[in-house]
Amino acid sequence: MIRREVDVVVIGAGPAGLAAAVSTKRNGVDNVLLLERNEFLGGILLQCIHDGFGLHLYDRMLSGPQYAERLIEDLEKEDVPCLLNSMVLDIDKNKMVTVANTKGLIQIEAKAIILAMGCRERTRGAIEIPGFRPAGIFTAGVAQNFMNLKNLKPGKEVVILGSGDVGMIMARHVALEQGMHPVCVLEIMPFLGGLTRNKVQCLDDYDIPLHLSTTVTDIKGKHRLQGLTISKVDENLKPIKGTEQDIACDTLFLSVGLIPENELSRKAGVALSRGTRGAQVDNNHETSVPGVFSAGNVLHIHDVADYASLEGYYVGEKAAEYVNKGWDQPKRFPIQAGNGIMYLLPQLIREDCRELELKFRVKRPYENVRVLIKNGDVRLYQKKFTRILASEMQIVRVKSDRPLSDVTICLEKTDA
Amino acid sequence: MSEPRKTRPIPAPASSTHDFIIIGAGVIGCSIARELAKYHGDCLVIEKEDDVASEISKANSGVLHAGFYMPPNTLKAKTDVQGLAMFKKLSEELNFEMRTNEKLVVAMDEEELKHLEFLYEQGRKNGVKGLRLIEEQEIRSMEPNINGKYALHSLFSSIIKPYEFTIALAENACRNRVRFLFNEAVTRITRHDSTFHVGTSEGNTFLSRWVINCAGVHSDDVSRMAAETGYEIHPCKGEYYITDKVEGLIQRMIYPVPPKHGAGLGIHFTPTIEHNILIGPSAQYISDRTDTSNTAETMKTLKTEIHKYIPGLANIDFIRNYAGIRPKLIDGKGDRTFADFVIEENKKVDHLIDLIGIESPGLTGAPAIAQMVVDIIGNKEDLKRNEAFDPHREKPVVFAALSCEQQAELIQENEEYGIMVCRCETVTQAEIVNAIENPLGVCSLDAVKRRCRSMMGRCQGGFCTPRIVGLLLDRYGRKPQEIYKNNRKSNLFCGLIKD
Repeated sequence: MIRREVDVVVIGAGPAGLAAAVSTKRNGVDNVLLLERNEFLGGILLQCIHDGFGLHLYDRMLSGPQYAERLIEDLEKEDVPCLLNSMVLDIDKNKMVTVANTKGLIQIEAKAIILAMGCRERTRGAIEIPGFRPAGIFTAGVAQNFMNLKNLKPGKEVVILGSGDVGMIMARHVALEQGMHPVCVLEIMPFLGGLTRNKVQCLDDYDIPLHLSTTVTDIKGKHRLQGLTISKVDENLKPIKGTEQDIACDTLFLSVGLIPENELSRKAGVALSRGTRGAQVDNNHETSVPGVFSAGNVLHIHDVADYASLEGYYVGEKAAEYVNKGWDQPKRFPIQAGNGIMYLLPQLIREDCRELELKFRVKRPYENVRVLIKNGDVRLYQKKFTRILASEMQIVRVKSDRPLSDVTICLEKTDA
Repeated sequence: MSEPRKTRPIPAPASSTHDFIIIGAGVIGCSIARELAKYHGDCLVIEKEDDVASEISKANSGVLHAGFYMPPNTLKAKTDVQGLAMFKKLSEELNFEMRTNEKLVVAMDEEELKHLEFLYEQGRKNGVKGLRLIEEQEIRSMEPNINGKYALHSLFSSIIKPYEFTIALAENACRNRVRFLFNEAVTRITRHDSTFHVGTSEGNTFLSRWVINCAGVHSDDVSRMAAETGYEIHPCKGEYYITDKVEGLIQRMIYPVPPKHGAGLGIHFTPTIEHNILIGPSAQYISDRTDTSNTAETMKTLKTEIHKYIPGLANIDFIRNYAGIRPKLIDGKGDRTFADFVIEENKKVDHLIDLIGIESPGLTGAPAIAQMVVDIIGNKEDLKRNEAFDPHREKPVVFAALSCEQQAELIQENEEYGIMVCRCETVTQAEIVNAIENPLGVCSLDAVKRRCRSMMGRCQGGFCTPRIVGLLLDRYGRKPQEIYKNNRKSNLFCGLIKD
């Protein structure tokens, strides 16, 4: 068994982990180690050959690999060591990280850990589609991997279930490949799952039909997918009898949600949030385990990679502060999410905090609402929205003269 | 560039002559194959799917039953009790995982209690040990998360992975010179003098002195190819849910009182070897015996049962559904709930042994059933012991189950143990390679899955499938169109994006 001691270990070298490693080093921690299970840095960015990355961070449109390249250049400039092909098997309660790679089993004792493992895709089993279980059903990300990294054609006539960003991007991708055809995109909700810009650029521009309030109610073909039955759903998302329609296709892509991948966090004893399925963190992004931080899609699902990287930068700064200066575990106050709020981040505020960046998502699209953030009775922030979408994460900075100890956030109806 | 590695070839026995042909490589066929391997004689197993345990033998609860469910003096009761007693030795010889797991059959009211008392008495008559009736308080102390007023507590039930058991039997049979032929369905059985001619969907004909029909849900059709015996299989579908890993919610198998006019034991909750929970099976008679689809209605029913018995389970993520088909016989009285196993030399055609209606508890009974078949043969002719028979199957390495020290040592021996292919179940590349290069020479993705648990975890192959596909393409030189989920109609890809 190989043993190592480091100040900060970063788990995962995707958009959040790369940024976190760079930032930790820049903030004065020399002994940083970045762990990545793939044989390359960049994580899922490398299979995202479409553009749309870098608008917030670099003020330009980059593809996934180009965006990753910039982060990797920074990492090389900062000379942060990384272990590739290295899978973390365990994090124990004393922050001992066990890693496997071809050299052996390595036990890393770290003063601080940054969790940046990303997320996984929700699968067919989790959403319970009736019918057979043939070949030809892929989650969108796996299909993207096969097509972009392995040059493999998963099928010809493709239906996409789920109008999340990955689903819409894959629909366009299918339209662009010779011999492949996107039949339609289905969405069980009465509204779009992803960003409006992706609907315009990926579906409208390529005349790909989008059916809202529609889902797959039967899968045909015992061996290879031979077709689907789709149905309209009611307001409770239950299929409506009599609306069934058969669709011929040989392939189904599922883009039905992403789940933060927190099995390691759980092993480390980190408390998770029901709302985000990521760690519960305070405004330093410190989890319930002192010295363990979380950033990126493992914390909550982001709309764009840039936000995950920004979170990584922030967490690197805080992990460096923790290692260099140290802090006592303060009292923490929960933030209350009221009407219409699906989740918010951070969930906790450290004692004596007067300034805060709050991220939140609403439950569904709303029109003519006001977002209201209060500390006790004092209004810290209010903004009227003629339209606010669940697919767009909101980021708000609030300041207060008094320490933030009783923060609530909610939506209120306003006049049109 | 090095030559692409090949999976181990199995010689295809085109139009060969045998002493025994076994039709169907489920748990029954494979048990008989291994039992016959202990004697001299050439044995061939013909399977229409691409692997062993491809139908009912893979899609059940994996429970070894203690023996209180079946009426006394039936083959079902007899083979269940005898079979269960044989498993300990088998698991030592064949190195498959088996865990003793207690069972509670739970009654919700006094009416159901009567049925528990009946089961208790029936178990006693069948010679089942470790049974007793308990009340609510004791149920609570054993299983705080379940609802129930009375329960029959069974100490000696066990769980196995039914596909692993079947694979172990087949691999050991294969090592002892039994041959397996996959992807060929038997279509014709004729008799010329004392020799059977068994024709297949691929146009091959194999000759044999004995034919043993273990064709499961198709066993009536296969029997009818030789003679009209009047048996008719009534396919009865059982659907399941599998949950994500959940430790601590339930320790024991939780069964309801069997529904009165139902076709099965009722929808139950079974912790698996790897700490998932199986929920099911339902029971619906169907007309199409290949229809293993999941239905919206049953999925709903299964969920309702969760709320009734284990409300806490409703919050656990489901990761997969599946369905199996019970090959049910219906007895002369037209009673759909009970008909005994048929294990006999065909009444019209000698040297043809029929195994028909082998549903639950066929998994538990399999070792005893195999013994019965060998006895039928042994009563007709002298079976000579094969002194070279090796009962042992090497235990495949399960990296995830080892200590850190053992894991570190393995990586030093073979660096492919340091490459994690499946993150959910922590399956290494060395284990994947071992699964791909299995002794039976089968190598669909499902075959790999059932041999090393890759693709079985919560991400359902999202992480590992591209890696396994990469290995099959690069190391084994497989063409994209030749990557199959299971049989040859289940290709994953239709070619390359750019040639």
